[in-house]
Amino acid sequence: MSARRVLIFGGIALIAGGMLFGDIFAVFVLHQNSGQTGEALLAASRAAIMGNSLAVKDSFLHIGGLLEDHGTKVDAHVHMIGAGYLALVLSLLQPYLALPQTKKRLLAWWFVAGGLLLPIGIFLIHYVGLAYSPSSVIGWASVLADSAGAILIAVLVVEAWAFWKHFRSGNTVIEPALPRDRSWESRILLSGGTLLVLLGFLYGAWYAAIDLYEHEARETRILKSMLENASSRQSGEARAVADYGSLAGEKAVKIAAHSHIIEFGLLAILLSFIQPYVQLGEIWKRRWVVVLLAGSVILPIFVPLELRMGLLAGGIADTGGLMVIVALVAMLGGVLRYSGSLDAATGGQK
Amino acid sequence: MNTAQKVLIFGGLTLATLGMLYGLYYALFVEHQTLDRMGGSLTAAFVYAAEGHLPDADSSIEAYASAKYDYVRQVDVHSHWIGLGMLLMLMGAIFDQAAFSVRMRFWIAVSLFSGAFVFPLGVLLQTLSHGAFVASALAILGSVLVTIALGAVAWGLAVKGGSPETIQ
Repeated sequence: MSARRVLIFGGIALIAGGMLFGDIFAVFVLHQNSGQTGEALLAASRAAIMGNSLAVKDSFLHIGGLLEDHGTKVDAHVHMIGAGYLALVLSLLQPYLALPQTKKRLLAWWFVAGGLLLPIGIFLIHYVGLAYSPSSVIGWASVLADSAGAILIAVLVVEAWAFWKHFRSGNTVIEPALPRDRSWESRILLSGGTLLVLLGFLYGAWYAAIDLYEHEARETRILKSMLENASSRQSGEARAVADYGSLAGEKAVKIAAHSHIIEFGLLAILLSFIQPYVQLGEIWKRRWVVVLLAGSVILPIFVPLELRMGLLAGGIADTGGLMVIVALVAMLGGVLRYSGSLDAATGGQK
Repeated sequence: MNTAQKVLIFGGLTLATLGMLYGLYYALFVEHQTLDRMGGSLTAAFVYAAEGHLPDADSSIEAYASAKYDYVRQVDVHSHWIGLGMLLMLMGAIFDQAAFSVRMRFWIAVSLFSGAFVFPLGVLLQTLSHGAFVASALAILGSVLVTIALGAVAWGLAVKGGSPETIQ
């Protein structure tokens, strides 16, 4: 298998795996975790009102664990998909790297391995903790994640150097670039993807200008009101905790909408390049493109609507995510069926 | 491959590497300590409140808010540099299909790269001095540059309408 195919196959597999993990997390963990965090915060507020500082510390220890559980799962999801995107991007650069095929292939395998180990390490951080660790802050799972990250950086540095060397040596063609695919699927993915990225940018700018600072100020205000209630031994903690939960939900869905619309846009652009590698019937290729783009629009639209429509919007958003995953897995199947004819010219194994 | 494409692809690789290096440094030397500081401040605030010391509780909440302000932006720097790096590489790959002159393509590529570098840099500088005008101005300038340049690319691709050969 050539370096390009390793990166394409590995990249799509990492993206599909990361998305599936994200969907499972959203359905089975996210809401339950948020509910438990709210309960723990309420318990901390009540303990503070009762003047029980030991119970306050216990509650925050519990909250710390819940937030770590939530954060590491989100990070595992994001890093797995991010590594997959980078693998696909690097597959496009392979013809412009001044390296022999064997080294390119080795680097590709290292990159895919690093992209797999990084999220696994992040996922394990919550469960392994500081067990048997010589450090007081970093456990073995963090070491695994950081080492995997270092592998990814090393591969990127070598490939950047090889890219530079390629142009310094006079643009010698080492292997053919991906054929220019102007099929309907490629054009729709390219234009749809660019539009999604642009919309995501505009939404992000809107969020940064209108919501970011207001959310930060509101969080401080709510926490201070909890403390004032506790200090003066007054009730009202349930309302404050509910406000805090609403704020956390509002922040989460707006950031999720921003990041997902851009990620899906990038994915669509990337997939437009690898359509020659997807060996499916033309009608099915088109169907999967439509499913992918529809899911890419549905998820970011319905995630913010969760605030108004509740679980119904959440369910529709999760379905949108699932549509993207299914289309991606279908394209992965097409890549698997690919005969390898494009690689023949590069000496890759069919 | 033309100069604009080289700027975008090499710039993208550099930004992605920079974002990852920053992420690795952050994970090793900053993140755990910042999270401990945030958790510690929040716990201390509620403990002070339980003991009836409201001024101390308020100052602990301010410390928590300050640590969280830094944390959110530091994580954003890592993700935005890598994300924009990938976007630059992708734009590099499709740039020959955009309906612009060679000179215009070069300046759009420079705008994309400059914006992609400056935007997260401005966000990072905000953590050194909260609310600093220069840092916020850099972040806004960078994001505006990237958005306008990306809009231009989208327009260039749409106008081209699938006939890249005509501009070669």
